[in-house]
Amino acid sequence: MTDVIGTGEGTRYDFGGDEFVYVEISAEMSLPAHFASLAITRRLREEAIPGVEEICPSNASYMVRVDPDRVHPRDLVRELRRIESDVGSAASSDPDFVVDTRIVDVPIMFADPWTHEVLMRFRDRHQDPSGTDLDYGARINGYDSAESFIDALAGSPYLVTMMGFVPGLPWCFQLVPRERQVEVPKYVRPRTETPERAFGFGGAFAVIYPVKGAGGYQLFGSAPAPIFDGAEEQPDFAENDSAVFFRHGDLINFRRIDREEYDEVRGVVEAKRWRYRTRPVQFCPSRWLADPDGTNAALLEVLDR
Amino acid sequence: MSIIVRDPGLETTVQDTGRLGHYAIGFPPSGALDSYAYHVGNALVGNAPGAAALEAVYLGPTLEFTVDTVVAVTGADIPVTLDGEAVPTWESLAVRAGQTLAFGQLAAGARPYVAVAGGIDVPTYYGSRSTYTLVGIGGFEGRALAEGDELPLGQDAVDPRAGRRVDDADIPTHPTTAELRLLVGLHSYRLTPDSLERFTSTAWKVTPDANRVGYRYRGAELEFVPREQPFGAGSDPANVTDCGYPVGSVQVPGGVEPIVLLQDAVTGGGYATLGTVVSVDRDRLAQTKTGDHTRFVPVDLDEALTIRRDRATQLERVRGSLA
Repeated sequence: MTDVIGTGEGTRYDFGGDEFVYVEISAEMSLPAHFASLAITRRLREEAIPGVEEICPSNASYMVRVDPDRVHPRDLVRELRRIESDVGSAASSDPDFVVDTRIVDVPIMFADPWTHEVLMRFRDRHQDPSGTDLDYGARINGYDSAESFIDALAGSPYLVTMMGFVPGLPWCFQLVPRERQVEVPKYVRPRTETPERAFGFGGAFAVIYPVKGAGGYQLFGSAPAPIFDGAEEQPDFAENDSAVFFRHGDLINFRRIDREEYDEVRGVVEAKRWRYRTRPVQFCPSRWLADPDGTNAALLEVLDR
Repeated sequence: MSIIVRDPGLETTVQDTGRLGHYAIGFPPSGALDSYAYHVGNALVGNAPGAAALEAVYLGPTLEFTVDTVVAVTGADIPVTLDGEAVPTWESLAVRAGQTLAFGQLAAGARPYVAVAGGIDVPTYYGSRSTYTLVGIGGFEGRALAEGDELPLGQDAVDPRAGRRVDDADIPTHPTTAELRLLVGLHSYRLTPDSLERFTSTAWKVTPDANRVGYRYRGAELEFVPREQPFGAGSDPANVTDCGYPVGSVQVPGGVEPIVLLQDAVTGGGYATLGTVVSVDRDRLAQTKTGDHTRFVPVDLDEALTIRRDRATQLERVRGSLA
């Protein structure tokens, strides 16, 4: 019935109807799987194969929208396998595979009043109705307090490993070794409400919700600055003629702020003068894998320049 | 050169072929759900293939024209009147300035389309006039039409004239049990073989939760193969590591209610996807309504591509016959 039967082991190639090819590097999230997805989708973009309409890199997989009248999806899979064997595993070992990107300072107020109000209203949909999402996340990840849990969440940079869900939402994977990665379940039943700019966490991913809406991620805080600006009023959006701020491959430093700084940023946003602090940076996956903490320190140092 | 909305109907939006090219940053395509009805409507009034039209659902709008023009109603089987006189669907109609187009009670299908010579000339946003109400962009002020809205019309129609008519054989019917052909796959291995069989043998009932984002169905319970969840996926057996969702893909959060994602859906997420409805059959789906039944019929990739080619050939033939 299907062309490719998967078991969850190794790279799987499959067809999403007549318009999409879906490629899963790995069933579990890992940085090497993501780096392979990154390298393959970059090479695919460079090759500009006719009939490849859109390339959507994601966490441990990627998706291609095809025009099957121009390229047969099966022929495309052959090309994708070739590219995978060229650059897939090399992405994590080749010191010459370097990504030109940027690091962005993103202020977050943890344990803020807005997400607190919402999460308390939806306790009946949560694994632990007695506490808060932060208390729960801290406990199941082995932290003795919400404070030390927040220190971990804000203590190391993240990589934007996928964009989407709704326009502009970044899925962010923290650049720390597996044993230090936070993992939390999603809500038992999704909320019907999430505040705009909420900082959430689900599975192994941090997100900021661009607009208010439904959602199932644990709610840990709020960002004062917009990540979606449909009218492109803030300088960061207007100058790039883009309604979304983040790009796949961005590095993010989620910086813990207090209420005072939150209100300050809101004031700047309301005056339509908000600019993110960003610095161009080169990111080398193999270097990070060899020395995570040293590489992170160097990345954060670039942001302080 | 405009249309005044006297009654918006239930949820009438401006749609075109969609906002393609921005899926990777989270913009779903939007666009007309029933692509065939939309394209044929434009051909009837002399529009180029991408002109914007109106998509209504269940209840049609009441529209007053401020200019002499040509219109066509396609899609759902629904009575249409011009100043109270019954007029045919799937046929181009001359309307004069001051006349009012209105709809009766839906007989079959779900979504009528109104094409107007020149198209609905709202500004483009990210290359499309399609409305995406979730974040309030595109279409008429990013929202469904409201009473009193005045919709500007374009002027690019080629030889618009009344009396063009689609052959009966090319007018789709709307059975109360729709058959949607789909490619099984993606994360279908997450379902037990019994459940996968049950998915394709059940006549699923369309729930009230059925709109441009997606259609939710009820009719059977599906079970996931027990496993230790992979790192990053989250603990629910329906969860996978968050990934892209093909338009038309089917997921079953909780195993109870399958959801087919449509043109305004989320572009990715962490639910296991068990297959994808072929693109042509999203047209059929768009003409189903709450309470209708739907069967999912497995096809392979070659069949899916044949279905696609046959539809393109049919549309070219219909366009040729109307030129």
